[in-house]
Parts: sequence; C-alpha cells; structure tokens
Amino acid sequence: MNRPELQAMGERERERQQSYRCRLLCCASTPCLSSGATAVIEALKQFVKEQELDADVLVTATGCMGPCSRGPLVTVQTRDLEDVVYEHVTPELARDIALAHAAPEPRALERNLLAADSPFFAKQKKVVLSNSGLIDPERLECYVARGGYGALANALREMTPVEVCEAITRSGLRGRGGAGYPTGLKWDLVRKAPGTRKFVIANGDEGDPGAYMDRTLMESDPHRVLEGMAIAGYAVGAEQGYIYVRGEYPIAAKRLENAIRMAERRGLLGGRVLDSSFSFRIDIRIGAGAFVCGEETALMASVMGRRGQPSPRPPYPAQSGLWGMPTLINNVETFGNIAPIIDNGAEWYAAIGTDKSKGTKIFALAGTVATTGLIEVPMGISLREIIFDIGGGIPNGRAFKAAQTGGPSGGCIPAEHLDTPVDYDSLRRLGSIMGSGGLVVMDDTSCMPDVAKFFMEFCMDESCGKCVPCRVGTVQLHRLLEHITNGSATPRDMETLEELCVMMQETSLCGLGQSAPNPLLSTLRYFREEYQAHILERTCPAGKCTMDHVPPLEQGAELQRRSRSTTSDSEVS
Amino acid sequence: MSVVTLHINDELVSARSDQKLLEVIREQGIDIPTLCHLEGVSDLGGCRLCLVEVQGSSKLLAACVTPVQEGMSVYTHSERLVRYRRMILELLLSERTHTCAVCVTNGHCELQYEAAELGVDHVRYEYLAPQLHLDASHARFTLDHNRCILCQRCVRVCDEVEGAHTLDIMGRGANGRVITGLNRPWGECVSCTSCGKCVQVCPTGALFFKGSSVGEMEKRHAFLSWILNGRERKEWQW
Repeated sequence: MNRPELQAMGERERERQQSYRCRLLCCASTPCLSSGATAVIEALKQFVKEQELDADVLVTATGCMGPCSRGPLVTVQTRDLEDVVYEHVTPELARDIALAHAAPEPRALERNLLAADSPFFAKQKKVVLSNSGLIDPERLECYVARGGYGALANALREMTPVEVCEAITRSGLRGRGGAGYPTGLKWDLVRKAPGTRKFVIANGDEGDPGAYMDRTLMESDPHRVLEGMAIAGYAVGAEQGYIYVRGEYPIAAKRLENAIRMAERRGLLGGRVLDSSFSFRIDIRIGAGAFVCGEETALMASVMGRRGQPSPRPPYPAQSGLWGMPTLINNVETFGNIAPIIDNGAEWYAAIGTDKSKGTKIFALAGTVATTGLIEVPMGISLREIIFDIGGGIPNGRAFKAAQTGGPSGGCIPAEHLDTPVDYDSLRRLGSIMGSGGLVVMDDTSCMPDVAKFFMEFCMDESCGKCVPCRVGTVQLHRLLEHITNGSATPRDMETLEELCVMMQETSLCGLGQSAPNPLLSTLRYFREEYQAHILERTCPAGKCTMDHVPPLEQGAELQRRSRSTTSDSEVS
Repeated sequence: MSVVTLHINDELVSARSDQKLLEVIREQGIDIPTLCHLEGVSDLGGCRLCLVEVQGSSKLLAACVTPVQEGMSVYTHSERLVRYRRMILELLLSERTHTCAVCVTNGHCELQYEAAELGVDHVRYEYLAPQLHLDASHARFTLDHNRCILCQRCVRVCDEVEGAHTLDIMGRGANGRVITGLNRPWGECVSCTSCGKCVQVCPTGALFFKGSSVGEMEKRHAFLSWILNGRERKEWQW
C-alpha cells in the first residue's frame, strides 16, 4: 500500500460511515464489558436485524468513552441531531434508544442522558484519546478514516530520521511512564548509538493500583500505538519493535495482535512499509504478572525470556538494551502522542500545557469521587478542577482529604495543595510524582497510615528480591505500619521507620525500591499528627483502625506483644 | 587498554579503563564489605554493601558494577555509607534465622564477619524468622533456607562456572527461595554434578557438607580463582 491508496481507503470508510442514518456506538472496553456491555451490543444488533435496518443503522463496538463508573455507555450519532451519550444502558434501554433514534423522526430519550456540555467532557482536551470511543478498535479502516497512519506516511516521505527526532524534541514531549525524561532526547540517543540492530519497545506493563490508561489506549486505539512505534523505529533506525503487554490485559493483547496482523496485511507494518525502503515488524510480549517488569531493565530481561529483575544502570538501554543492542523504550501513552505531533506539528503540541510539561496527560480518576473514569487533560490543570469539576466532587457529602498520584511510587497530596498545577515538577515538589497517571481520591474516612500500609504491602508483594534494602526493607516497613495501625507502636518505631525510609530511597537498586517509601513519606509530611495520634493516643482520627485488641503499652506489655507476634508468625509460615 | 585516573577518598589513583570501582578500591588496600560479589562470576549488585558516594552523582552506586571513569571522585567510608551498611546487615540478620551459636559455619561465616567488622551488636528490626524447610535429599550437601541471604552466588557459580544451572531463584521478594532443578528435591536433580562449588562459595551456612557440626564447615575461598586461572590462563598451581 502507498500513500494515495491509504488516503483512498480513508475516504471509502468515511463515505461508508456517512451512508448510515444513525450510528450506535457502544463502549467495549474492560470497565463497560464488566458492567454488561456485551449484552447491550447484542441487543442493539438484534434490534437492527429484527427491524431490517442494516442499511440505515450501524452498531459499532468502540473503545473507552471516559466516565467508566457510568457504564455501559452508548453514544448515538444521528445525521441531523447532536451526538448524545447514554449512561447505565441495559439491553432493554438499548432497544428503546435504538427505536427512538432509528425512527424516521429521530429523537433523543429523556432518560439516562449524559449531558455533552457537562464539565466532565468540557474540561478535557483529547489528543491521545481523540479516537477513543469513536472508532472500532478491531477495524483498521476506522483508524485510517480518522487520518490514521498519515503521520507515518508523512514521516517516511517528507522527513529524515533526524528531523523526526528534532520534531519530538521541539514538541517538549516527556515520557509518560512517570519519570518524565524528555522523549526527543532519548530518541536522539538511540539514533546516535552505534549498533548493527536496534529495537523499539512499548511499555504496556501498567501496574499501579487503580491505573488503567495504557490498557484503555491499547484496547481503544491500538493502531495509534503501532503507528507511534513505527515512527520511532524509523527515527532511531530500528526494524523490530516489541509491545510488552501486562498479562492481566487479555483484551488489549488480542486487539493489538489483530491490529498488527491487519496493518501487516495492508503493508503498513512489516517489510517495505508504505512502499518505502523502511521495514518494521512488531511482536507482542505478554507479561506474567510482576509489577517490577514495568521497570525498563526488568522489562527487557523479561522480553528476552529471563527472570524479570532489574539490573544496574549504566549501561542505559539506549546504549545496551535487548541482547546488548541500543534499545528505545517508551511508555505506550508516549507512543500515543507521536502521531498527533507529526500530524499537527511540534509547535502546536508545545502550545498545550505548561512551560516544562507539554501536551496532555491521561489520568485514571478513581476512589471516592462522583464520576470515576478515564480523562485526558492539558498539563497544568489544577487538581481541584480535575476532582471537583471533571470528577464531580466527593460523594455523600464527605470532605476531600487527599489525592494519591503516581501509585506505589507516588504520594498523597492534601487539600491545601489542591490548586497546584498538575505537571511533572510541581508534583515532585509536593513529594509525589506524576507517575503513569493513576489518581486516587480519598475522603475523610481514609486513614493515612492505613493508606501507607496498603501501598507498602503492595511494594512488599511486588519487590523482586534482588537487592536487600527493598526485599527486607519493605517487609520491615510494613511490619512497623502494622504496629502503628493496630496501636502497638512506640515513638521509637517512628524513628526506625523514618530512618529506614530514607535508607531505602538511597540504597535500593531500581526505581521500585527507591520510590517504595514515597507514599509513606508523603503521608508523614502532610499527616504526621495522624501517625502521632495512633502511637501516643492509640486512636485513629479517621475511625478506620481498630485498636481494642491491643493492651495499653505499659511496662512489660511491650514484651508480651513481641512474644505474641513471633508466635503468630510461625503459624503463618 | 587505556588508563584512567580517579580520586578514591581524596587519593589520586590510576586504573585500567575496563576495571570496576570495587577492584580499584580493593587494590588500594581499602577494605569495603561485600556479600554478593564473588571473584570469578558475574556481578549482581544486590547486597548493596559496596555502595560508594561518587561526586556529581545524586545516587549511591554499587562499586562492584560501576565502571571507573576518568576524573571521578569516590568516597568509600562516609558516615552515611557506614550507617547504611550497618542497616543493610541488620536487615539481613532480621530476615531469616541466623543463630550463630548452632550454625555449621560459626566462626567462618562472611555475614557474621561483616557484621562484626561493622559493629552490628544488635538488630533494631523485628526478627521475621520464617520457618523454612531444609533440603537434605542430596547425598553430600544440605541446603538450609533459614540461613540463606539470597546473594545468588551459588546460582551464578553453578550456571557460569560449572555450567549445570541446577540452582536458581524461585518466587520474588521475601518469598524468594534458592531452588534446585525445577523446584525438585536436590537429590532428585539429574542436572546436578555434585561438584560442590555452590557449597564452597556460599557466604553463610545455607549450603554445607553433610556431617559438619557447629563451626566445622569451613569454605575454601581460593578454589574458584584456582579453577578459573587454570581454565582461562592455563596457570595450574598444584
């Protein structure tokens, strides 16, 4: 396939879509599927078949539309009406929707409507998710109809690899995996690195609790990721790419596999891409459930079939990665940003966001907030806007307490910093990180030491065990937090705790261990009085921890506690 | 091979450019503790005892895996480093059951030695003391998980020197275990050549010869360089 053929394919698909009077789009991403979208799609298709409306009504299973807690979601595009979105759609409601919209005089139902001008949609800016919820992720034509693979064709014909790297550098795009390393700089490093073969890896091993940005992108718009990787391959001189998909994401892996096959069949991937001299193959690697495999050196070990354990850097992957060859490794979301940058220009992209953090960021809004779901916002938006405007605030009349960003490597941001702009550097100054984009909102019923314990338990379970500070440190910190939350800690335990946190940050081998104490340290920074209440007064201000079963800490009681905890240990093991 | 110059504890020293920091530091007669490092096998960078401060780097670097660089300035024994080394040893001692008084390597144990050197006279952390089993199914050797520090020396020597790769690590984090074969009893592992290299390189009493009693298990530390010198340089010292 060449460029004119690609354009013709897009044109054909657009005409086909416009020939329908009404298009019923139902979200088929994991959250909606788990709340019953399969039955809804089935009901819609059944309806069209019964009424013999095949020529007028098109039912499409699409990707994510955003407000996941309100699923299953159905968007209806009718020729003469505004697009409308229905929430909590049941198969019965689906038939009513189809009946109302497919009628000769189409009208929208009054029930279950999500207002299109609600702040949830109005405050967002969709760049990476611009196709999500509008296209069928299983059809290549749908992506091409929205300009897909145009950026790749453009790059291959009009730009040199150096120019592509320069464009990415000028756009100011930074890695979306969490650390925020400038993407253009990384590409340039790999491009310049000497090596007979080079590799491109997309990191889709997303593991932060509550985060599902990468999954949604891979499920809703898989071709966008492939296109970004192909452009990267062209820019750095790689002919082989790997997508590392988390084992818990079977739908994403299936759709990516399907997308790769379709793109290869049409000559958009594989040998001689778009009739150019550039060849690029992409293979999928599926993880086996280790969080640490999201760390780049561990991920590469896993791709090579070895035990997923990090190794010390340097050498960095850009110098010596997969099988010792220069390797470019970026997050899936980073690759999702590439095509729009090439399409619209680096300056257009650099105009979005703040001075040091450009573009948009996808967040998975979770926790105690009225509407949870997936949102894409320009960098620099305040946390208050995200939580109270887009998310609709805290339900049940409770008060906001903290927002956790960055998962187990991040931290908690208290109410007094709600107006901080969300970008890489501001969040770091607050003791948290941007991370991959998990955003968990907590109301005043959350106990901060308990939250810290949750994340420490996660890190303890996910520590690979290669280095001592992380392997044993996480266990000891978890023990100490357990003592604090059950009322048996002493003021001295606090000293041990803080010292251990700093030691782990400075001595651990990889990012997982170095950042594991972050949730604990950030809650200590903003909610120290809660820790003190647990230890000195043996009360939990949030009313979460129960401390009745532990006797007061008087002389001798401490010894009793120690002996009791050792006996219970041996029972467990 | 080019030569680089660097500062170690403010002393100017020179080194071959392919050397690792640890080697250069030890050549200067500076004593720096290690547990996972073993001359003759690849480096892991896991025990974190050989961490050093390198000027200009915000992170502490493990000397065993850090290549030397021209003009680098390294500090090996700052107050912070010594404190961290002590804490690492305390963590190791708290992790499993290290009761020296009943251990076969009492008096010859590297963990015990390093703890004594660094003055670790008590452990502030709770002893986790998991009750792990002991594999005595092999005719000559015993593997006691309770004394294992997961340094992976045995895994590396079995893979890289003997070439059998009978030993490996299973599980992750604190649940990590050295396993034999595909987690079969050691005695049933057909890949094991019973060469005993794993026993000789084990820094603690986790691997020992059957029949040794308290303090009787002394490991031969020189044998690995003896084998490798012979194999690679044809220098046999018998």
